[in-house]
Amino acid sequence: MAGWKDEVEEIVFPGKICVPYSWTVGSTLSKWYVQLRDDGEIWANRCPSCGRVYVPPKIKCIECYKDMNEWVKLPGTGTVETYTVVNYHEPSLHPKKPPFVYGVIKMDGADTGLVHLIDGVAPEKVKVGMRVKAVLAKERDGHITDIKHFKPIA
Amino acid sequence: MGKRVGVVGVGQTHHAAHRLDASGVELIAEAVTRALDDAQVTLDDIDAIVIGNMDHFENINYVDMWATDGLGSCMKPVFKVTTGGTTGTTVGAAAYYTAASGMFDVVMGVGWEKNSESDTQAAIATCANPVLERDPFAGAIGPLATEYSMYMKAYGATEEDAAIAAARDRNNALNNPYAHNRMHVTVEDVMNSPMLSYPVKFLDMCPRSDGSCAVIFATEEKAKKLAPQPAWIHASVVRHDYTHFGDLEWQWMPTLERATLQAYKLAGITNPLKELDVAELYLPCSTCAVKWMDSFWFCDRGQAPKLIRSGATHMDGILPINPSGGVVATNPIGATALIRVGEAAWQIMGRAGDRQVPGVKKAIATGFGGCSWSDVFILGADLP
Repeated sequence: MAGWKDEVEEIVFPGKICVPYSWTVGSTLSKWYVQLRDDGEIWANRCPSCGRVYVPPKIKCIECYKDMNEWVKLPGTGTVETYTVVNYHEPSLHPKKPPFVYGVIKMDGADTGLVHLIDGVAPEKVKVGMRVKAVLAKERDGHITDIKHFKPIA
Repeated sequence: MGKRVGVVGVGQTHHAAHRLDASGVELIAEAVTRALDDAQVTLDDIDAIVIGNMDHFENINYVDMWATDGLGSCMKPVFKVTTGGTTGTTVGAAAYYTAASGMFDVVMGVGWEKNSESDTQAAIATCANPVLERDPFAGAIGPLATEYSMYMKAYGATEEDAAIAAARDRNNALNNPYAHNRMHVTVEDVMNSPMLSYPVKFLDMCPRSDGSCAVIFATEEKAKKLAPQPAWIHASVVRHDYTHFGDLEWQWMPTLERATLQAYKLAGITNPLKELDVAELYLPCSTCAVKWMDSFWFCDRGQAPKLIRSGATHMDGILPINPSGGVVATNPIGATALIRVGEAAWQIMGRAGDRQVPGVKKAIATGFGGCSWSDVFILGADLP
């Protein structure tokens, strides 16, 4: 294998795939986003069969495959189930500069966790089990960032 | 030889250019719910699931992961299959093989695509080899146009022959409530539509659609219990050959010739034009609806124009092709070929509504993609 690099003139074509995309939110999540945007409220939906409450809402119960037509309003509070403090910089991916915290918030009144940012607290003070509430953006456009972050309940 | 397997249920969405009312997962749920209803089963009866699409059309990878709530796949064996345009028939073949293996009794195949979410031609171009052919030859329209201009020169086929086939399929779609494009079209309309890439015109070419299809396969014992008339699988054959566009045989379709020949052999068919009662064929462009007739062995080489002009493949002909309107009417790409299998199954089961061909005993359904890959199914009313 010695000298194998000399046997090939290395030609590498640069490329950048540029395809525009859009993603249809659909009937279930559009209802959720409209409630968040227009009323500043976080809602969940409940399986009519097993009673499981999902936030974000599901199209069908993942266990029962039942239509999820029962909607419940959540108080917007919850508990940090797990979290991490991000210390590296990934500008094309991350919503803010490090250090910042994200985690899974178990929402009061729901059986599932919501993945979101945790802020309004020093990163080293975030703890599993911490009580938090949603902080909404003043200008909302029907997007997941309409919830700015979760902050500790003082 | 595996176990004998039959289709017991089919479901599909109402297809459209933009289903902005429904997410991809919701399209999947719509097809799955309808297939379960058609088979009169619940998800508890489904032992395994095969799903397919092409990620580059939506730029979301791993549909088998994120579509769980719509697909109903929680805690079930689920496999993802992607083979380009043939994805739908490969999903069908994989679901059929999974049931025929004897390891799973009832297997659901699901194909879907939300083509409104990207630029379809640009996304298709990402399939082409970037070092050699993406710049000069990528996309779907050019290669299909290229093969027909060669066939025209060799056998005297005309642009009008393709227009006859385009009008046939498009008018058939008027009888299909699920079809994307449902409009009365004359041969003249097709001839007068804008030229896309010589000799392919706008109304010759398939659209790109949002939609999903689900087909439920069951082993013999289960199928007999679940359906009064299962659509039995007599053959499922897959042939791929592409390495580079320049390697392909352009005058005919070797993969289709080989796949159909093997499928007819398995199904005991010697004269396909006479013995088949209906055909649901993945013809992405009406030029293929002429040229490929040779490779289906429906006529001698070069005789396709005569066959199409004779009306033999219209609804009242000896072998109706694409009662559903076919691919030129509806094309949610990952679902397109599975819709062919589902439509052929419904023809056998007598559930094809206004597009039902009377007394269907044997049907053929195909997938095309790749480029120039061929999947073939033969379905029958009698046990194979």
